[in-house]
Amino acid sequence: MITGLTIKDHIREGWLFNKRVITALVFCIFLLCIILMRLFYLQVLSHEHFDMLSHNNRVNIFPLPPTRGLIHDRNGHILAQNMPTYSLEIVSERIENQNKTIEELQKIIAIDEEDMNRFKKLLKKRRPYESVPIRHQLTEEEVARFSVDRYRFPGVEIEARLSRHYPMGKLASHAIGYVGRIDEKDIQQLDESKYRGTTHTGKIGLEKSYEDILHGIVGLQQAETNAQGRILRVLEKTLPRSGNNLFLHLDMRMQLVAEKEFGDRRGSLIAIDTRNGGILTMVSMPGYDPNLFVNGIDNKTYNALSRSPDKPLFNRALRGQYPPGSTIKPFLGLAGLKYNEANTERKVYCPGWYKLKDGDDRKYRDWKREGHGHMDLSGAIMHSCDVFFYDLAVNLGIDRIHEFMSLFGLGKKTGIDIGGELSGLLPSREWKRRAHNDNWYRGETVITGIGQGFNLTTPLQLVQATTILANRGKILPPRMVYSIQEPDNNEVHLLENKPVDYVEIENRYYWDTIIDAMVKVTRTPGGTAYGSSHTAPYVIAGKTGTAQVFSLKQDEEYEAEKLTEKLRDHALFISFAPAKNPRIAIALIVENAGGGGANAAPIARKVMDVYFKNLETGK
Amino acid sequence: MDNLGTIGGRAPREHDGIYRFIVRTLHIDIPLLIALIVLSIIGLITLYSASNHSMDVVNRQIVFMLIGFGAMFVFAQIPPHTLRFWAPWLFGIGIIMLVAVFFFGSVGKGAQRWLDLGFVRFQPSESLKIGLPMMLAWFLAEAQLPPSPKHLLISAFLIALPVGLIVIQPDLGTSLLIGSTGVIVLLLAGISWMLVGIFIFIGAASAPLLWYLLHDYQRQRILTFLNPENDPLGAGYHIIQSKIAIGSGGLYGKGWLNGSQSHLEFLPERSTDFIFAVFSEEFGFIGILVLMAMYMFIVIRGLFIASQAQDTFSRLLSGSLILTFFVYIFVNTGMVMGLLPVVGLPLPMLSLGGTSLVTLMAGFGIIMSVHTHRKLYST
Repeated sequence: MITGLTIKDHIREGWLFNKRVITALVFCIFLLCIILMRLFYLQVLSHEHFDMLSHNNRVNIFPLPPTRGLIHDRNGHILAQNMPTYSLEIVSERIENQNKTIEELQKIIAIDEEDMNRFKKLLKKRRPYESVPIRHQLTEEEVARFSVDRYRFPGVEIEARLSRHYPMGKLASHAIGYVGRIDEKDIQQLDESKYRGTTHTGKIGLEKSYEDILHGIVGLQQAETNAQGRILRVLEKTLPRSGNNLFLHLDMRMQLVAEKEFGDRRGSLIAIDTRNGGILTMVSMPGYDPNLFVNGIDNKTYNALSRSPDKPLFNRALRGQYPPGSTIKPFLGLAGLKYNEANTERKVYCPGWYKLKDGDDRKYRDWKREGHGHMDLSGAIMHSCDVFFYDLAVNLGIDRIHEFMSLFGLGKKTGIDIGGELSGLLPSREWKRRAHNDNWYRGETVITGIGQGFNLTTPLQLVQATTILANRGKILPPRMVYSIQEPDNNEVHLLENKPVDYVEIENRYYWDTIIDAMVKVTRTPGGTAYGSSHTAPYVIAGKTGTAQVFSLKQDEEYEAEKLTEKLRDHALFISFAPAKNPRIAIALIVENAGGGGANAAPIARKVMDVYFKNLETGK
Repeated sequence: MDNLGTIGGRAPREHDGIYRFIVRTLHIDIPLLIALIVLSIIGLITLYSASNHSMDVVNRQIVFMLIGFGAMFVFAQIPPHTLRFWAPWLFGIGIIMLVAVFFFGSVGKGAQRWLDLGFVRFQPSESLKIGLPMMLAWFLAEAQLPPSPKHLLISAFLIALPVGLIVIQPDLGTSLLIGSTGVIVLLLAGISWMLVGIFIFIGAASAPLLWYLLHDYQRQRILTFLNPENDPLGAGYHIIQSKIAIGSGGLYGKGWLNGSQSHLEFLPERSTDFIFAVFSEEFGFIGILVLMAMYMFIVIRGLFIASQAQDTFSRLLSGSLILTFFVYIFVNTGMVMGLLPVVGLPLPMLSLGGTSLVTLMAGFGIIMSVHTHRKLYST
């Protein structure tokens, strides 16, 4: 019975199919006509034009790679430039026996295995008559040696090319980054048509983030060549357009002093111009010499850098995630004022430890064993009293802390104009549930009050939060680049930086309360940064921090000498000046250095001194 | 059974004994065979010039051609109902191999296309060029044509599966071709023109959305792909040179071995994808008319065979194979002349190439089988 239903109408199918076949045939003939019309156009109508082209066609097209833009600091000091270097290049069409030629070359110029590997890779991708480098950065002596024997090597030439050079070496290396030879991974990301002839591209730092602006536009020349591919006559030329120059907010005088102050210590310092978000100083210590990477770093040097326990290749300024320690206290104080959990009158008694009222017996210790006595908000910030902030944190609760600290950019990226920054960690109930599959405990709120526990911030986030505080709520995204200069007409385009948001505090007096307390830190005897900062000819508002790397058991005494260096506390300091009308904000961390007042605050003072001295002399 | 002569479309004559033997016993279609042999010879002659008089290259191509004609002969012996029985299996194996390429494939020229079986390196996407139309023909022949919406939906999935797997290799050119083979089967199966219109409309309408989702550099690449003259140092260089070669050929051509463009190394890939430019330069517009006539003869003969086929499976399979052959010709010549984007695709029977030639010839074997295994009824 089913067969009756499924019997197919073969005649109808055949008829339908034949109709389709005829349609297809008509369509094929239509397409064939297009092909023939195009051919008729090319071969008959435009024959003369193409015939002439073909007669003259010893014509070859060569790319003219653009010159990469320069990078300057705010005063015009050059941070990245292009230097002529000599490279040994081969046009493989013009040599008869490649292996033999290279063998002969090796007798006068050192060509090692890595050079060979790179050469072979490039060889596969070249166009006809394109010269391929086999050795970079020839010394004067090698150039001379080759020149003597040059007649023996048809098809081998020494080419002068421009190579990226960083005259400041290690200074600000993490901010500037470096360029390197274009590799497989870059090719995936780059538009090859714009990179014909270009051998290098930005790999990290500003060089990478501003690649589009620095690179420029490739030019090309049509040239008549002889049978060996030598250029006889240039017929047509489209000049390349050089990349744009960058001027940074960076002040190398401040950078230099800051890096010198760090010496051998590891850490990071960032200074921001609070009026426009411009980054004046960006230190990540130790640094590295970016020049090593430009033409390929050798394995031995690279391994030494990447395996060093000091991690010189690690950009601490953007990617170092540290507990903020007591530097979080001014922000928490502001939260207390806003949410009415603190005021200028209320005092908390500090016996040297804190216990949750209905919690277990755990004692949360103050850094000062004998306690601070009765503390108000201002005093608690000035002396960095832990117990006051344990209490405040518990009263605020983790939800309000999370909400308020987010306003200051903790736990999220700042949006700086170079890539690679990390977002730190601002803990919350949801985060704990997600990451640890566990509830939030009140004890964890307690230590959040002094920036310990799960809290992690990058130096960039810390300076950004400080800038927001200095600007009383105005949020400006941090910026490295101040202006972009077009190379052909020297026209300068300033990059304006506008506030993206505001932290709203209903009572503007609250800002003053916190900032006044931060001034006491540096100006009132007993303040944690008094020693290094009270003599400054300008008023600094600051807050020290000492972040625990190694967690102590209850009632255990912290003795720096006993701990190995890697477990010692990090020293932190946030500050801005002048307190009344801020121009500069600084955040810094010195890894495993000990207390923030003694070890971090003096560095900030030195850097600010340079800044204000330059301001005075008008430079 | 005396009426066999009608196959060739002519009256029976004395030597019909040999003819009958070739058609009925060897299962070869004589007009197609002759046309293919003529094209092979044209191909070898052009290749000799394109390879700068290299007998090595020509000998290699002769070997490929012999293997190709062998494959054609073998496939011609397999009756359509056997092919039909094996269709889902072949398709399944093809898909499994494509997945295997993804995991174990060797990388060449930046794409994972090859499967190394130890004794032979093999490109599974080739097998789908025949496997997909076979599968679709098998599937659609089961039910009444034109296909129902359900059948269309499943067919669309059957097409998308290999196309998707080949796109991620990545091999855009081959995946587009295999996709178009699948679409050709659907068109031959009688899918309504309304539906075709709707699909084209949806495709055109979703393009801006896809565009929006792409990265800047990806957009730039697509623009360069569509308009190679944007990139005069890369893809555009090929097109400019090949246009000079074709245009300078003129009406009569420069003569065999006299193409200056072809010999001065200006023309890229001149033995493979751009061999049409060499042919055009040396044999001119007249030569191309002859070449195109040969190609069209094959296409028309193939369509004739498809229309004479006795069951839906044979019709759809032979029809789609011959139309795919035309698509190859159109896309390759269009690319060389600068009408279409540059996709790596050989010109059938002329370009130097191993696997693609063998697949092509196997396809002709199938077409011949469809024609020579018909049950004949005397009038």
